[in-house]
Amino acid sequence: MSAPLLSLRGMTKGYGPVKANQAIDLDVAPNSIHAILGENGAGKSTLMKLIYGVEAPDAGEVFWNGAPVHLHSPGEARRLGIGMVFQHFSLFETLTVVENISLIVAGTKATLAARIRELGRDFGLEVDPFAEVHALSVGERQRVEIIRCLMTEPKLLILDEPTSVLPPQAVGLLFETLRRLRDRGVSILFISHKLDEIQAICDRATILRAGRVTGNVDPREHDAHDLARMMIGRDMPPPLHPDPVEPGEVRLELSGLDHAPDDPFGVALQGVSLSLRAGEVLGIAGISGNGQSELSRLISGEVRLSEARRDDVRMLGQGVGHLGPGARRALGFAFVPEERLGRGAVPEMTLSDNSLLTAHGQGMLRRGFIDRVREAEFTAACIRDFDVRTPGPEAEAGALSGGNLQKFIMGREISLRPKVLFVAQPTWGVDVGAAAAIRQRLVAMRNEGVAVLVISEELEELFEVCDRIQVMHKGHLSASLDARTTRAEEIGRLMIGADGVAA
Amino acid sequence: MTLRLVRREKASTRMAVLAPLLALLAAMVLNLLLFLAMGKDPAAVFHAMLLEPFSSWAGFSEVLLKMGPLLLIAQGLAIGFRAKVFNIGAEGQFILGAIFASAIPVYFPQATGAWIWPAMLVLGALGGALWAVVPAFWRVRLNANEILVTLMMSLIAIQVLNYLLLGPWKDPMGFNFPQSVMFQYDAMIPILLPGTRVNVSLLIALFSALLAWAYMQRSFGGYQFLVGGLAPKAATYAGFSEARAIWLSLLIGGFAAGLAGAAEVAGPIGQLQRSISTGYGYAAIIVAYLGGLHPVGIVASSLFMAALYIGGDNAMVSADLPVAAVRVFQGTLLVCYLAAVTFVRFRLDFGASVEGGRV
Amino acid sequence: MSGMSFILAGMLAAATPFLLAALGELVVERAGVLNLGLEGIMALGAVVAFIVVYHGGGHPAAFAVAALAGCALSLVFGFLALGVRANQVAAGLAVGILGQGLSSLIGNSYESLTVTGLAKWAVPGLADLPVVGGLFVQDIVVWLSLLATAAIWGMFRFSKLGLILRAVGENPQAARAIGYRVIAIRYGAVAFGGAMAGLAGAYASTVYTPLWADGMIAGRGWIALALVVFGTWLTGRIFFGALLFGAVSLASLVAQTEGWAVPSQLLSSLPYIVTIIVLGIITSNKRLLKVNGVASLGEPFGP
Repeated sequence: MSAPLLSLRGMTKGYGPVKANQAIDLDVAPNSIHAILGENGAGKSTLMKLIYGVEAPDAGEVFWNGAPVHLHSPGEARRLGIGMVFQHFSLFETLTVVENISLIVAGTKATLAARIRELGRDFGLEVDPFAEVHALSVGERQRVEIIRCLMTEPKLLILDEPTSVLPPQAVGLLFETLRRLRDRGVSILFISHKLDEIQAICDRATILRAGRVTGNVDPREHDAHDLARMMIGRDMPPPLHPDPVEPGEVRLELSGLDHAPDDPFGVALQGVSLSLRAGEVLGIAGISGNGQSELSRLISGEVRLSEARRDDVRMLGQGVGHLGPGARRALGFAFVPEERLGRGAVPEMTLSDNSLLTAHGQGMLRRGFIDRVREAEFTAACIRDFDVRTPGPEAEAGALSGGNLQKFIMGREISLRPKVLFVAQPTWGVDVGAAAAIRQRLVAMRNEGVAVLVISEELEELFEVCDRIQVMHKGHLSASLDARTTRAEEIGRLMIGADGVAA
Repeated sequence: MTLRLVRREKASTRMAVLAPLLALLAAMVLNLLLFLAMGKDPAAVFHAMLLEPFSSWAGFSEVLLKMGPLLLIAQGLAIGFRAKVFNIGAEGQFILGAIFASAIPVYFPQATGAWIWPAMLVLGALGGALWAVVPAFWRVRLNANEILVTLMMSLIAIQVLNYLLLGPWKDPMGFNFPQSVMFQYDAMIPILLPGTRVNVSLLIALFSALLAWAYMQRSFGGYQFLVGGLAPKAATYAGFSEARAIWLSLLIGGFAAGLAGAAEVAGPIGQLQRSISTGYGYAAIIVAYLGGLHPVGIVASSLFMAALYIGGDNAMVSADLPVAAVRVFQGTLLVCYLAAVTFVRFRLDFGASVEGGRV
Repeated sequence: MSGMSFILAGMLAAATPFLLAALGELVVERAGVLNLGLEGIMALGAVVAFIVVYHGGGHPAAFAVAALAGCALSLVFGFLALGVRANQVAAGLAVGILGQGLSSLIGNSYESLTVTGLAKWAVPGLADLPVVGGLFVQDIVVWLSLLATAAIWGMFRFSKLGLILRAVGENPQAARAIGYRVIAIRYGAVAFGGAMAGLAGAYASTVYTPLWADGMIAGRGWIALALVVFGTWLTGRIFFGALLFGAVSLASLVAQTEGWAVPSQLLSSLPYIVTIIVLGIITSNKRLLKVNGVASLGEPFGP
């Protein structure tokens, strides 16, 4: 094997008491696609930020082509030849593609635009240089990010979970692009938690668990069990695929809902229809940014319709379009939003006070005054029943890890004993074990006769827990598909609007 | 070595109590330098400013007199500030309160009866709240920033006051001075502490602190304000109405400031005149922050700021210090407090950077 | 002189304090920072400039000192808002209160004194036109302010600096991720805004009405803040907004001299009333604000 392009020795980084990376060693060979495999919270993103100079390590050394280097800033990393495509894109929505690129690449707009088109043709990354970024789809934004990196002529390209924003078909195209780049001498550091992707494309994989390296292997020589063991310390939990139960009455119904959001950068919903019964799980698939957040706000009551359009959203046999979240909750609705900090929970408040947010109806109020004892009891029960790792009800929500906070919010909403439970992105940022527990909980709710609605970007997750799936694309919602008989490719086509159903 | 702020796991209660004291210390040091630069003897100035107000009963009773309006306005403002509704127009609401209250003695100078002063207080409070209706409506219905609108309303209030005092409400026997008639006896709030000017309105202010405490620290209504201020999206998610929080914040703030204005004309001043407010509305913003926006803290900070007012007057007499020096001291104090209060949520990390990472 | 030509002649000068302060604040807000301390910073600039001119230092030195003072005071705000991540509203108010206090302390012994303003410079030919001729007879600061307006417009339109400021204001996390030093850039913007507010104050106290009186800024800093919103963060619109307010403040003078039967207090309130009304009209269009607005405005940012 040739001398490594990039070597890390003993990289360590902590945030307060949390050690995100501990003594990480890594060697990336030239002309290779190298995977960093690890589950949520294993420290992958932190490591990439250290390599790209966004964060400074507490300890450790970096070698580039064998020579020690100090990466103080992304600019420095770019000068060495390191480029990075962020998971949550670092693009500016109100600027055009070429303006975004000119922020890190020198040159006039005309010459930059010409190069954007040229690179787009070479690598299958076509995009209009003069489009404003907010008008682009998530996939197009990823292309812009990749082109922006390529224009700095990198030797090493870092991609942080690049497939999480793509429909299944587009993943193949992206892999094609990456292989082409490798063949032209660009090494790729590919961050993922998906075993099959890594086996499909990577020459080498370094596996992280809880901030430490637990393996450094050729992924094609190991099967999924081995990789999973290195990644989570045991086998992957088996998928659920629960047996169907006979659904009951309709509990949530949208019929031909049209809605233009206030936000000019938002997505307008057009003719959205769904019908959710007691004792079933309905999943909404689709790439983020296709109207899911607008839809969830309309269902939760965070965005209200006029009194005249109350029947556009029907819940438990009643038109609720004009009602706020409190009134809908009083009917038996509970909701776990995709943003946990700042929406599902107030970071600066204790868990007890966060219970009060939606569970105040559970005997926590006496003549308008707060019953602190009842509040603490409810919170302690949530923490116990849902295995939330925290010192106790007086811990601040902001101090919890993403996965633990999600368990707390799930617990709080489930403890309301809802008739309709709506969960957006149930396992974002949650580790494998907790994610499995959350999915099991959703199915258990269904079995108890609750109507469960799930929005998720992860198709595998939807196939695991749902009875039926509908697909969202550009503000349209597809017809309902049976989760047990539909193939992933079919959903994937609907995700990019290829079937014409959504036209 | 790098110096950076690191978020604490949990807000530090110890720092929350220490912050105003640290701020006072820092403000004293900075102003000490200022006084030296101005050629004043800092010891004499600080003695006059910070100690004299407490050294005689007569002086202290004047502090209590000033404390009333500051306490009342600041309690009202703090409720809004905690919901991130920034009413900075208490000055105008105070003036409107004074005007509304004055309407009774101006139009019925001969009236007698024990109902007059309470009626004036009620009318004044309503006047202050009325002046807050415009910013509330503008914010809720027209999405306009309440900071700018409340401030503009204050500037307009001054002109309204001038108009009345130079025109229809001018005392015909007042040698053309811009002031109203002197109010009759029944239009004056009864004295609380005999031999001083301290009147019953101080009790009202202290009672407002109790109400604010019960509401903000114990009730679900107050909790909703807190959520709205800390995480607006969480408030929407929970179904707490933003419009309600804005209306209530501004109306409570206006009501309290109007009440304070009424108590001022029906109390120590006894007529409507141009100088009814010596910047109480703005000083109350400082009081609210120095008190940590907490009802109990505000009782302490209003007492302190009132003493600073009286002390400033003392320093003007005994140390020949311009009155503006007190405003500078107040400003410095707020600046220092805002710097100090950061350390309730953050701590300083003297993280010595390690070789290899950065040099 | 007729009322119309009086307004036309004086409008630009009356608009200049608004314009300078609002242009500075535009840069600050574009970078994502809300500095509510303008009124106090203008007051400080006004008093130091007045003192320099009063003691014979001349206008150029006076403006330079005012810019420095404004810059220094705005950096106190910068320290609170950027250094220790204080609430920007509170930090702005604090610095505003401090600035007003300092200005009245420093100006204590100069109360009601006057100085000589600046000579006017006429555009040959145009200045002799009927009615509108007065528009072309202005002092040097007015001409320079027009240049500054064009320069800032051009900076946002064409330069990389403008692009960087917008990027930092829209998404500071992303700007940091691609290697921009967000806090340093914001400090720079705040310092520039402070200097501009200092100049605005200097113009008010040494040229427009060459006298010192405590509280003479009279809400112009707040109106400048409102102007940035009126102009929906666009240089050209802010310029026209400043002209409108220049004209409104003169219209009340005209009405008073022409002896209209309107209470003078109503006329004095006119700029404030217009501010409230225009603000309501502009901000009720949420779409307009969202499209042109600054996404991270007022939000504390810490790496």
